[in-house]
Amino acid sequence: MKILIFLSDFIMPLMIFYIVGFGLLMKKNIYDEFIKGAADGFKTVLNIMPTLIGLMMGVGILRASGFLNFIAELIGKATNYIHFPSELVPLAIVRLFSSSAATGLALDLFKEFGTDSFIGLAASIMMGCTETVFYTMSVYFMAAKVTKTRWTLPGALLCTVTGIIASTILARLM
Amino acid sequence: MLNYLWGAMIIIGIVYGAINGTMTNITAAALDSAKEAVELCITMVGIMGVWVGLMRIAEVSGIIKAATNKIKPFVDFMFPTIPKNHKAREYITTNIIANILGLGWAATPAGLMAMESLKELNHDSEKASVDMCTFLIINISSLQLIPINIIAYRSQYGSANPGIITAPAIVATTISTIVGIIFAKIMAVKHQ
Repeated sequence: MKILIFLSDFIMPLMIFYIVGFGLLMKKNIYDEFIKGAADGFKTVLNIMPTLIGLMMGVGILRASGFLNFIAELIGKATNYIHFPSELVPLAIVRLFSSSAATGLALDLFKEFGTDSFIGLAASIMMGCTETVFYTMSVYFMAAKVTKTRWTLPGALLCTVTGIIASTILARLM
Repeated sequence: MLNYLWGAMIIIGIVYGAINGTMTNITAAALDSAKEAVELCITMVGIMGVWVGLMRIAEVSGIIKAATNKIKPFVDFMFPTIPKNHKAREYITTNIIANILGLGWAATPAGLMAMESLKELNHDSEKASVDMCTFLIINISSLQLIPINIIAYRSQYGSANPGIITAPAIVATTISTIVGIIFAKIMAVKHQ
């Protein structure tokens, strides 16, 4: 596991080094391009800001009412048998439907348990290695006007469950 | 989808709060959360600025193009029945690279175009083709190499090392993608 943590420290700097170095080698206006890109990034965030306000408000209400704890405790009785942390259950379920709602829940877990706690780490890895199964499927299949999706859903759920299990195991090892 | 999910969150929260006697907390939570969202976005502006800026350099200097060429053999392996030089191949490749690099805004349009050209190959059938299933399973297995958003959120919430999850996330993503590839291949062989 130490090697993974070590690698994590190196990936970003190496990537930045490679991109900037390669851009220089190709004699591109890297600084101007970076600034233009940064402006695009700015716009992307501005676009998601209203969504974040809405969703964090929703999750905030749900958390403050005590409902999230109630659900976690309820499902926790079942998930304890398979050694899956109950706090992660709402996140794992919502992740299947909506990326931004899942983000709201993950941020809530960061606040409750801390980003570097087991729950915080598992939630981080889980968010990084799963996709919104139902959302993606409905958007893509709707574009192709397909109604019979055959084995796509079982396959996608299999990947998601694998990702979730891998996340909790990796977080425990960290 | 989000319409009902969001509505349900708020309705359930308030009803449960009324029963549970936590109404004061709810008012505070609703207002504080909104404030927090804005604070979070300020951190995000910085980190996303860096990321998109770097990606832009990668694009103009040809790194993204080179990466696209590198994964061609993989696309050939996963989609052997799509005719050579068919535009579906190009869209699928673009979608995969954009997903790996976390360029969501570039991934979705290419993905939708891929689905449309796969639909043509599938004679406009309303039954998904084998390639559609394979494409979506790989797509949903998550391909993103560096979860930059999560790193930004972690940094905002006081992580001592926000990027520490990068390598573990790559490992988890790789495992889930391999499982997806194996599943999609088995099903494809069964139905061809």
